[in-house]
Amino acid sequence: MRAMTASTIELPVGDDDRRIARYAAAAIALSVAEAALPSPLPGIKPGLANIIVLVVLARHGWRDAAWVSLLRVVAGSLAIGQFLAPGFFLALAGALCSLAMLALAQALPARWFGPVTASVLAAFAHIGGQILVARTWLVPHDGVFFLIPMFAVAALFFGTINGLIAARLLATPPRADSAT
Amino acid sequence: MKSSLPEGLRELFQQATRRGDVPWQALLRPGDWALLAISAALVAASFPLLWRGGIADRAIVKRDGQLITELALNTPRRYEVQGPIGTTVIEVQPGRARVLSDPGPRQYCVQQGWLTRANAVAICAPNHISLQLGGRGGANASYDSINY
Repeated sequence: MRAMTASTIELPVGDDDRRIARYAAAAIALSVAEAALPSPLPGIKPGLANIIVLVVLARHGWRDAAWVSLLRVVAGSLAIGQFLAPGFFLALAGALCSLAMLALAQALPARWFGPVTASVLAAFAHIGGQILVARTWLVPHDGVFFLIPMFAVAALFFGTINGLIAARLLATPPRADSAT
Repeated sequence: MKSSLPEGLRELFQQATRRGDVPWQALLRPGDWALLAISAALVAASFPLLWRGGIADRAIVKRDGQLITELALNTPRRYEVQGPIGTTVIEVQPGRARVLSDPGPRQYCVQQGWLTRANAVAICAPNHISLQLGGRGGANASYDSINY
């Protein structure tokens, strides 16, 4: 007799997928926690999830970092209820720009430049992407540019802090049992 | 209670709270210091560059939307304009202007204080008077503080 249920399609899950999912879960948890923090100015956030992206970048390369970053943006916005809202597109633009910047920053000599440089550059790229989207789509007025100095200060400050945290995490090797 | 932190996050927390780590200065490489210095300088430079705003060069006084006078913002002076309920006094000083007094009951336009940016507006609605600063507008000449 024929089975009533359709045959199950099983997608093979590799070690890569598990590792990316694990880091992405950490990044999503951080961005959801961060959404609960009050902010003096809409759009100024510590961006703690980027610590995870930096760690992944250093440990597993740009491809994994891009996966984690973009999964974080999509799933994080779903969790907060922001999916496809303006904030989602701002976050997406910021994430894409900072990933592009991280790809460039990887070319810097590691002897001289560490995670802090990557973090600060990515933070600046992040606000750059957001301001561009905001200027072209959300607020089509040059008044948006008045906010740049504030955002730049925040990017420099939080970029440095996040970079230091990432550098510290990277300086302590992962435990053998959790290494993937 | 069983911990429900994601695996990766727990690992990171454990690493971050481990004792006897490197001092934070050791986490910065020479290039990082240089980049931080350059970034800080650029950020500081962006303030005067982007916050200069439109430079106001004249005060435009209107009653019922009709132009009454334009006052140049280079010499200090006072200007009195009559409205339906009394006299509104405009004070002009180099680079700025304000409503000095107004017969309106709530004094919103007086309390707004000095206007310094191009396209800033103070409206004394009860007396039908508005004071607006004009400047070399450029692309945003059509926007004022109400649009903003």
